[in-house]
Amino acid sequence: MAMTPATLDVAAIKKDFPILDVEVHGGRLVYLDSASSSQKPQHVLDVMNEVYETTYANVHRGVYAIAEEATARMEAARAKVARFIGAPAPRELIFGKNVTEMINLVAHSWGRRNLHEGDVVLLTMMEHHANIVPWLMLREERGIELRWLDFDDDYQLDLSDLEQKLDGVKLVGLSAMSNVLGTLNPVRQIADAAHASGALVLVDAAQYVPHNATNVMELGVDFFGFTGHKLLGPTGVGCLWARAELLEAMPPFLGGGEMITDVRIDGFEPTELPWKFEAGTPPIAEIIGLGAAVDYLEHLGMDRVREHERELTAYALRTLTERHGDGIVIQGPKDPGDRGGVISFSYRGIHPHDVSQVLDERGICVRASHHCAKPLMRRLGVGATCRASIYVYNDAADIDALSDALAYTGEFFLGNTER
Amino acid sequence: MPGLEDLYREIILDHYRNPRNRGELAAPPAQRVEGYNPLCGDEIVVYLLVSDGEVNDVKITGQGCSISQSSASMMSAAVKGKTVDEARALIRAFKGMMSIHESRLEGEGDDAADQLLEEVKLGDLEALQGVVKFPVRIKCATLSWNTLAQGLDQAASA
Repeated sequence: MAMTPATLDVAAIKKDFPILDVEVHGGRLVYLDSASSSQKPQHVLDVMNEVYETTYANVHRGVYAIAEEATARMEAARAKVARFIGAPAPRELIFGKNVTEMINLVAHSWGRRNLHEGDVVLLTMMEHHANIVPWLMLREERGIELRWLDFDDDYQLDLSDLEQKLDGVKLVGLSAMSNVLGTLNPVRQIADAAHASGALVLVDAAQYVPHNATNVMELGVDFFGFTGHKLLGPTGVGCLWARAELLEAMPPFLGGGEMITDVRIDGFEPTELPWKFEAGTPPIAEIIGLGAAVDYLEHLGMDRVREHERELTAYALRTLTERHGDGIVIQGPKDPGDRGGVISFSYRGIHPHDVSQVLDERGICVRASHHCAKPLMRRLGVGATCRASIYVYNDAADIDALSDALAYTGEFFLGNTER
Repeated sequence: MPGLEDLYREIILDHYRNPRNRGELAAPPAQRVEGYNPLCGDEIVVYLLVSDGEVNDVKITGQGCSISQSSASMMSAAVKGKTVDEARALIRAFKGMMSIHESRLEGEGDDAADQLLEEVKLGDLEALQGVVKFPVRIKCATLSWNTLAQGLDQAASA
């Protein structure tokens, strides 16, 4: 892959993703739904196949060559992913099924031990349901209080009364990047304020890790969850990083094989980190596949990934507003430096389902829904939006295709006036 | 592969642009029932005035896509002035037309639905048949009908 230092060679990258050769409705596939799930490069598919073809066996059990090889490769992938996010030790990185499960792990295991009636969890108004419902469940069970951080007219968190809001708070839960607005939140600033008032910080980084160079130590957080399928890896692998002393003080989450040192008919002893939180057979080939995805992204360079997406987001915001004027309403920060490549919009009052259906005829994949963030949608006063989201394999031609197809959608439903 | 013209028939777009029976009724005496599509966040409110076994008036509010809005509009026109039994037969027939997937999940045979379709005249509503080719959109089309069924149940127990 030849590339200049500052930018990605998207034409070459597109060739690495076999699905982008698929024809949809007789035309090329324009995939603009990576915030929902990313596509997979050939390298990841090859590595997973190679595991099944040459070294597949269950891990941490068999005393034979291929089992030892599978175990070593899975643990090497853990070390690689840990290094990718700046985690000091691989044993602090727990694998589960997705980021939803990882946040549930924190709510059940840490939450049930540490949160009692009247304790406060502070969340933001731009959280995904995955970082709301586990806390609502704990509220029903324990009588904890939920408090909310709102955002301003430029879709940035309103931190003007953060200190008062933190009063009595035991845990702050926030998204590092909104899956609807694209807002990049000031995680470090909030973490410092939270720690100063004695609260811990949980970050939902599902939209952040795939698109930004990440260092959990620099972010200064306590719990950090993300998911493999949004960062070019396979489905079925969620990740949770937390400081070892926190994880060690927490009771296990799911019980079963792998997570014990001893089981008697009257009790059990959990095993050491990270396996204490990994009951049952893990998704072995998928974890190794996630390691391959990290290799692919590191080869591109995360700083270049971020720069590419910042430039393409700027292009998209400019193109869509210049072409469609008042017809398009974009919900998210105006400055591409404050946001990631997630662009939520409403188009000429046409329902997002209908917009998405017509875009599909042009091979364009966008998400049309409440994006699993209903409290945010209510706050915005809309039922649903369309969302176009970009990644390393998108370019200006994809944005142009979206813009053209939007004009066509307007003609289809409202007649042939451009505005 | 089905095309957009299978889904967006002209009569559907007409009901979408000019929805019939849009508005509210005082509840009580009317029944007020809310319906939600959890996939897309569509919301519908059906107001239903039932007396002496007859649907005297229907009004619809809420927000949704062209399929859910036009289906609700056509539904309101179709059941207004009908007896409750006729309205229920219409619901069964419409859901039968839509329920290639749903009715099988609920274990109802397709024969019953086919028979109903022959007995009950769906009229304009048949324009929505193309929705079946777009499985994700079936829930849009059936949202108002499920809400109406709830309203009729509510009226019966009131």
